[in-house]
Amino acid sequence: MGIELKGITKTYDHSEKPVLSEVNAEVQDGELFVIVGPSGCGKSTLLRMVAGIIPISDGILKINGQVMNNVPPKDRNLSMVFQSYALYPFLSVADNVAFGLKARKMAAAEITQRVDDALKMVNLTKYRDRKPRELSGGQRQRVALARAIASDSKICLMDEPLSNLDAQLRVRMRSEIRELQRKLGLTLIYVTHDQTEAMTMADHVMVLHDQHVQQIDSPLGIYNHPANHFVAQFFGTPQINLLTATTSGNGTATQLIIDEYLQVSLDNPIAAGTYTVGIRPNQLGMKQVAANSGNATVINVEALGDQTIIEAVMDNDVEVRIVKDGQVHVELDQRVAVTALGPAFVFDDHEALIAEQGGVENDRIVAVN
Amino acid sequence: MIESLPSTKQQPKGPEANNEVTAKVKSFELKKNDKYYAWLFLGPSILLLTVFVFFPMLRTLYLSLFLTDTFGNPTVFIGLKNYTTLLKSASYIASLKATGTYVISVSVFTIIFGLLLAALANQKLRGISFFRNIFTATMGVSVSVSAVFWLFMFNPSLGILNKVVVAFGFHPINWLTTPGWAMTAVIATTVWMHLGFTFLLFFGALQAVPKSLYDAASVSGATSRYQFWHITLPMISPTMFFVAVITLISGFKSFGLIDLMTGGGPTNATNLLVYRVYKDAFMNGNYAQASTEAIILTIIIAIITFVQFKLLAKRVNY
Repeated sequence: MGIELKGITKTYDHSEKPVLSEVNAEVQDGELFVIVGPSGCGKSTLLRMVAGIIPISDGILKINGQVMNNVPPKDRNLSMVFQSYALYPFLSVADNVAFGLKARKMAAAEITQRVDDALKMVNLTKYRDRKPRELSGGQRQRVALARAIASDSKICLMDEPLSNLDAQLRVRMRSEIRELQRKLGLTLIYVTHDQTEAMTMADHVMVLHDQHVQQIDSPLGIYNHPANHFVAQFFGTPQINLLTATTSGNGTATQLIIDEYLQVSLDNPIAAGTYTVGIRPNQLGMKQVAANSGNATVINVEALGDQTIIEAVMDNDVEVRIVKDGQVHVELDQRVAVTALGPAFVFDDHEALIAEQGGVENDRIVAVN
Repeated sequence: MIESLPSTKQQPKGPEANNEVTAKVKSFELKKNDKYYAWLFLGPSILLLTVFVFFPMLRTLYLSLFLTDTFGNPTVFIGLKNYTTLLKSASYIASLKATGTYVISVSVFTIIFGLLLAALANQKLRGISFFRNIFTATMGVSVSVSAVFWLFMFNPSLGILNKVVVAFGFHPINWLTTPGWAMTAVIATTVWMHLGFTFLLFFGALQAVPKSLYDAASVSGATSRYQFWHITLPMISPTMFFVAVITLISGFKSFGLIDLMTGGGPTNATNLLVYRVYKDAFMNGNYAQASTEAIILTIIIAIITFVQFKLLAKRVNY
């Protein structure tokens, strides 16, 4: 059953341009569904519409098969975790967790039971009488998690819950949330701007940009088959290289030429023309060559120890990033020959993916536009 | 919360504070000079406070133990006799009761209406910013001006209030010359005067409540009424406490309004403690009795403030 979004659109009163338009998605029961996108793409807005905090302008929202558009938030039977934690500063940890249960006028014994269980699950039992201000950021977010657990609703919404935490804690909380979601069988919609969180946590990822859904797929599906420029650039660090290429000759062709050294052979022929080719930094090869040959000049080298990131400027003034495993010794201003190694993506002039070369098998692509 | 309770102690002024810092940094070299600097900086305020506060306070205490002549000079020492006479006097007890009624009504109604207006202005309605400005307008009106135009409104034959009363088919009311109504009129005027500032405090407090608290509450099943009682009120309770303290204390000190509107009348119905002190001292020439009344008033305010802090501070701090 899960959650179904059909043509969800949000337009605010004072403007005609929608902030979200025609969002279609299906969230399966018991999965962790990540909505990811840059700030301002409308991902929180979408989550708030699912929660019922802001009204839906157009489209249909179904939860477990029932239309929820006009159901008030308290009757949607879901829980929510906020970036700011949204803890009540005047209540103790236990009372914060019990707040919703008391509001629903649950029996006192049942409340105590649920609060105890929830606090135990997030390891906060000994902090139950503290006030939120006496807790660290990570502990506060755990209280918010406990509140969601205690509500016992099977659907949970999280709005950038880890953004206020430091990097190390974020990594730990990431796996804690994932573990909790599996253990409780939660259907979890998780909003983030961090592609790493999307990649590491999700069963399915929705990429939002420019008021539109760009792609919905599994994390690796998105990495291996990005639907367009934006998705290709948003996932993967360092960013994918986008290069302009032309076909050889007229009619259909299987060879895309960027320059003398850098060429991509396609599995299937495409129409003649100019295309954008996307190649991930670890799929570019680099050979050091003599001063008057090659197709690029090294301008920066970042040695990370286990890998080396080389930035080079091509002769047509495009910068490329190349990632090499291990420690590579390259001088600045060294001339290099940059070549294509593995999979490459071909985008047309609408920035949509039209062909791929090599590497990963093409399992599922959902492209919108 | 953004507001902090005003400290009862005298805050160090800029120069003193600087001097303290310097003193800490160079505590060895400047130790001798420090004393002179301290007195130099403290001198003016100590002098002013002594002349205008400490001396009058002690003098009042002193006079309350004597009989005085018409120039306010002590004549015969009578100990606490002034106090016992006063506390047995029916008219003083009546004044105490009137003051109690006045002070409590003023602070209760100020809080209720101030909060009501602030809650209203906190809604996202069309044109609400206009009302936000209007609601704060009483802050700019002086006591005398507001007393005068409320006098116009309370005027039995010309005032707008009686026109409304008559329009509804009732007899016109002699607002300021009937004991019960005079108290009501004075309370209404005071509440109206406090409203601008109180509104501003409550509005600021309401705006400072994070929106996500309400979002979280509505998702977890709380109705808007539940949210008001269990989120809004606790979140603004420090402001409410602050408003309660300042309206209570300023109620005890209400003088100008009483003087201009009723002069303590009719038949002493609005003869509040402060006004009584003034009347006894400067109109009746009974300085000893006035001093005694002043001391009692001070003690009452001190006790109430102390109790308020003890009782409420526990519940409003988070």
